[in-house]
Amino acid sequence: MPAVNAADIAPTSYAWEIRAAGLKVRVGRNRMAVDGLDLSLGTGIHGLLGPNGAGKTTLIRTLATVLRPTEGTLELLGESTGGLGEYRALRRRIGYLPQEFGYYKRFTVREFVEYMAWLKEVPKADIPAAVQRAVERVGLADRADEKMKALSGGMVRRVGIAQAIVNDPSILLLDEPTVGLDPAQRLRFRELLQELGTDTCVVVSTHLVEDVAAACTDVVLFAEGRLVFQGPPDELASVGGPEHEGDSPLERGYSAMLLNPAQERGTW
Amino acid sequence: MSVEHASMRIIDGYARGGTDLAADELWALEAHLEACGVCRERLSAAVTAEAPAVAALVDTVWSGLEPHLAATAPLPRHRRWSARLSRWMTPTMVPWLAMVTSVTLLALLLDLADVGYGEVSPVLLLAPVLPVLGVAASWSRGLDPAYELTASVPRAGLYLVLRRTASVLVVTVPALLVGGWLTGVMVAQWLLPCLAFTSTTLALGGVVGVTRAAVALTAVWAAVIVAPTLATSRTTFALQTGGLPVWGLILALGIGVVLARRGAYSVLGAHK
Repeated sequence: MPAVNAADIAPTSYAWEIRAAGLKVRVGRNRMAVDGLDLSLGTGIHGLLGPNGAGKTTLIRTLATVLRPTEGTLELLGESTGGLGEYRALRRRIGYLPQEFGYYKRFTVREFVEYMAWLKEVPKADIPAAVQRAVERVGLADRADEKMKALSGGMVRRVGIAQAIVNDPSILLLDEPTVGLDPAQRLRFRELLQELGTDTCVVVSTHLVEDVAAACTDVVLFAEGRLVFQGPPDELASVGGPEHEGDSPLERGYSAMLLNPAQERGTW
Repeated sequence: MSVEHASMRIIDGYARGGTDLAADELWALEAHLEACGVCRERLSAAVTAEAPAVAALVDTVWSGLEPHLAATAPLPRHRRWSARLSRWMTPTMVPWLAMVTSVTLLALLLDLADVGYGEVSPVLLLAPVLPVLGVAASWSRGLDPAYELTASVPRAGLYLVLRRTASVLVVTVPALLVGGWLTGVMVAQWLLPCLAFTSTTLALGGVVGVTRAAVALTAVWAAVIVAPTLATSRTTFALQTGGLPVWGLILALGIGVVLARRGAYSVLGAHK
């Protein structure tokens, strides 16, 4: 196998891995879960923060192309995802961990990740190595041949992360990845994120502000389907003052930002 | 693979550290070594002869690694059949297919025991809806825990739809074939409605979700075909040979719609 192939050195034809303009996504009959979103995300780790019901999961699902935009444009890796296509080439370069990570209890870790690698059209010859690498990266190499039903909640979550990175994605979407991880695993997860963030566009949805403070290069604050704030964590922290709720500067900034739009809506 | 190999002079120089080689020679040699096992072997022999220090270092590293390698579990040689089967059907489909097959056998038993539906064959009445149940199971949110993951992968969409449908048909059609053969029902008489129903389920499933479509169509089948047949104890026109062209038309329409709306199976909406 050649050390470098044409795909590796091909210039990218897009400025942003993820670019949304006026994006609206309808959920159910008439609720817009994402309501007019303008967003540009490049390489790095983007923490998607927001209160419950802000539309974070809907946005991540739309980015994973399992929901289609109702209005507006969404470009992923330079490809528009408006129509009713299958987007096979695009999906090969996306890794996705859903909020409710469903798995087959009777599969071993390796079998499950292999199955996902096959579904993601990883070339047949590369599958064993890719699976081994993904399993090692999440620290499950010693449990790789155990059945999934024998694993703890945190380990299952790590299998979820392993299946998301098995195809070396350019866009990695993680919906609540730290749920069920103990503090040590959480630290290890942040290290893994930072490793991945050097050449991947990682979008991590979370409602834990400390995860964002520790690992993310960029915060996307999202409420009521709209973008409230986008910028580095320091900038968000600087918005908050002592009068705002929260135990850390970032939490105070978070409360301050979410307060403003609520007031505006109140006066209308 | 190139036929021309590196000269012994270059290989020996490389083994000594490559300081006496020109940059382009070095570069060419490394590119060649990447692809040529013969020259890698010659290099390793040269290292042992020319640079004992390097050889000693490699041995030290090996002896340090060996205990770790011994402790690491090797890759399992043979993959289990159930894991390989998952490429054709979700693991949760197996009980459903077993159910479908046993219903076929039950219909067959009823038919052979001749428990009076007049001239109507239970196999004929059940044939079109049995595969539909299997197809529904393969796309059900409640039955497939990994449905959201499956919907997000490149193989989702028409490819996976056809693969899973094919696996359902592979199990149900032989069972029905045996049933039809034993009861003397003509193959086309049930196979065509069966395929027509399956394709219509998929076509409708692209719009409202495959499970919902299956439930709706099974209800329609029960109301329009099964109920009148049982009431009058006569095979309805739809299942007689005269109805075959209509079933063929429905099958063609269903396939056309599925192909035209292939993208619809790669979104969450198909799993309803």
